[in-house]
Amino acid sequence: MTAYFVKRLIIAALTLVLASMVVFAVMEILPGDPARLMLGLNASADQVEQLRNQMGLNAPLVLRYLHWAGGLLSLDFGRSYTYSVPVIDLVRERIAVSLPLALIALALSTIIAIPVGVFSASRQGRAGDTLAMGAAQLGVAVPNFWFALMLIYLFAVWLHLVPAGGFPGWSAGIWTALKSLLLPAVALALPQAAILARVARSALIEVLNEDYIRTARAKGLPYRAVLWRHALRNAMIPVLTILGLQFAFLLAGTIIIENVFYLPGLGRLIFQAITQRDLIVVESIVMLLVAAVILINLIVDFSYAVVDPRLRGRQ
Amino acid sequence: MKLWKTILAAAVLSFVAATSAFAARTDLTLGIVLEPPHLDPTAGAAAAIGEITYANVFEGLTRIDDNGQVQPGLAESWAVSDDGKVYTFKLHSGVKFHDGSAFSADDVKFSLDRARAKDSLNPQKPLFAHITDVTAVDPATVKVTLDGPQGNFLYDMGQVAAVIVGKGSADGNKDKPIGTGPFKLDHWAKGSEITLVKNPDYWGTPAALDKATFRIVPDAAAAVPALLSGDIQAFANMPAQDALGQLQSDPRFSVVIGSTEGETILSINNKKPPFDKLAVRQALASAIDRSAIIDAASNGLGKPIGSHFSPGDAGYVDLTGVYPHDIAKAKEYLKEAGLENGFSATIKLPPVPYARDGGQVIQSQLKDIGINLQIIPVEWAEWLSQVFTNKDYDLTIVSHVEPNDIDIYSRPGYYFQYDNPKFNDVIKELGATVDKDKRLELLGAAQKILAHDVPAIYLFELPKIGVWDAKLQGMWTNWPIEADDLTKVKWTD
Repeated sequence: MTAYFVKRLIIAALTLVLASMVVFAVMEILPGDPARLMLGLNASADQVEQLRNQMGLNAPLVLRYLHWAGGLLSLDFGRSYTYSVPVIDLVRERIAVSLPLALIALALSTIIAIPVGVFSASRQGRAGDTLAMGAAQLGVAVPNFWFALMLIYLFAVWLHLVPAGGFPGWSAGIWTALKSLLLPAVALALPQAAILARVARSALIEVLNEDYIRTARAKGLPYRAVLWRHALRNAMIPVLTILGLQFAFLLAGTIIIENVFYLPGLGRLIFQAITQRDLIVVESIVMLLVAAVILINLIVDFSYAVVDPRLRGRQ
Repeated sequence: MKLWKTILAAAVLSFVAATSAFAARTDLTLGIVLEPPHLDPTAGAAAAIGEITYANVFEGLTRIDDNGQVQPGLAESWAVSDDGKVYTFKLHSGVKFHDGSAFSADDVKFSLDRARAKDSLNPQKPLFAHITDVTAVDPATVKVTLDGPQGNFLYDMGQVAAVIVGKGSADGNKDKPIGTGPFKLDHWAKGSEITLVKNPDYWGTPAALDKATFRIVPDAAAAVPALLSGDIQAFANMPAQDALGQLQSDPRFSVVIGSTEGETILSINNKKPPFDKLAVRQALASAIDRSAIIDAASNGLGKPIGSHFSPGDAGYVDLTGVYPHDIAKAKEYLKEAGLENGFSATIKLPPVPYARDGGQVIQSQLKDIGINLQIIPVEWAEWLSQVFTNKDYDLTIVSHVEPNDIDIYSRPGYYFQYDNPKFNDVIKELGATVDKDKRLELLGAAQKILAHDVPAIYLFELPKIGVWDAKLQGMWTNWPIEADDLTKVKWTD
């Protein structure tokens, strides 16, 4: 078990180094000059050149890479070209929105998906199953920005229960802040829940056809006990895999929902940084996300071992 | 006893109701689409910087009002020498920066010298190119010497990038803007909102609003529910698109269509064959149907233009009829150029709705005369490096939002690659002319040269679509410069 995780850690470290090279190279190839973007149409070529020097953009490529990568090692993520503040400060502000939002959405999606999946699997092929899976199909198909707009019109414009968008900050009070994350979390959670419910259902159906389930039933265990205790636990592995992927997506892939609710999240920061060619911000945040995804995968691997004791002994 | 209680309660209630009716609302939340990268108008070209800070946080020697006229700003008056070379500005006294330091002639000298310095990163550095000397005569008098008469000098000193910054605070303005205006920065929640509060020590007429929040709403679809729910009460320029009709019919909102200085044009690479031939450019101009483009690219709200000049500005000449929409004539021009079978070219479109939507219409209109346009969508960063800097393009659509910028056609190395000595002479003379009538005459001449010589196809003036709460007063109708001047904005009941 220990050797297994040491090996995983080494692979993770190598992945990080490779990712840093790819990220840096891609941002280099991308056309566009951050200095010209900042100074606009009326600035002279000399002025642009001068700003490039000031921003350190004229140093040789390898040197710049080493400088940046070296900074990452000592947890120095550099300074944003456009905002001229440390990248880590920007990330900290955005994480305060994106992380709670992702967690709430993930919790909502799990709370909805698992019972629906279990319900459908235990009524496989019957009316309830068809209805639930039809709804899930709809949940996958509906574009989430449209769904988000419908939520806004219903709960903010018509009922005035929550704000239409924006984030007042945690300093405005936990309830006020949570209220502004509620609709976006629902908008994010429903499509995820729909996917998760389908995965849970098919995993469960597969497990329910196993011999040991028949044995458990044969020895007189009630159906509910078999379903929840024996079947569900064994069906968790694909569900956990999907959950891990969804969490990584929810952390930074939510730009559309962030735009519709004008939330200052990570996704929008990256998007904005790309359009403004704020290279350092893009590079450093992508690296942080790579690290986060690797970490999530490690946690998922570890949780496999928790739900499936057989994996614990394996090398 | 019970009756007395009821009467007392009613009296208290009516008193509360009456006072709250008298005390009009003093806070305002405005929506803006793009977040400024920082808040120093002397260090960045992003329009959002000026939108938030101009007249609110920072002030210049002069200021531009909502009709595009020059008004006194930090300078209460000025005198111009007979040769037009020396401007003596008399400054307001008792003016303080937001950090408490006193404003004086030294700050004016510092600001102008900083903007024209060799290592200046001012985005509008050409505005200061003719200044040869700035002298602080006494704390309330500044003398600015130019290398020759400058017809637009007072206007230029009122532009966004010419605001006066404090000697001691200039370097921190990106994050903590310290100006002399009626509002000062309260806080900036990055990615979310920028809040200004009233400056209690303002030297001039105090603002009616106590607090103004600029909230960043990047998505056009989100802008409408934000207004409807009351979370946001004003968009100086709203990405309303299809929802405009809905807002116009809603009595709770005022929808005010104004003009900007944004000449939206189909720019042509004048050195790249076949566009170096006048007949080809004339063919393009005749094949284009402006009204169809205006419908698609600006909901029918843009004003058609025939040259590089805003219809709202003094000296405007209507030249939209120089090349009327005429397919047969366009084909004749192509024949004249020896290209009767048409040709293929590319059009690079930046990520703004007017360009992306307008580009498709232009593509289909040019197909009618045998020109096959390939549309290449580009990001702003790509546009700036490929089109603007490297001139690697055939055609592009862009809105030139700088005010009074007809001179760009005479700038050497500008991305149009247009070089017409006759036009350059007119611009040179214009720059050195102070007499008003003579200036208007020269502006007319410049417009006519461009209209006939078609270094670009002139499409329409970008509209400003203002949408705000009907109870709000004092918002700018037009955008002679991109500024959300809140100094006269107030709530009424």
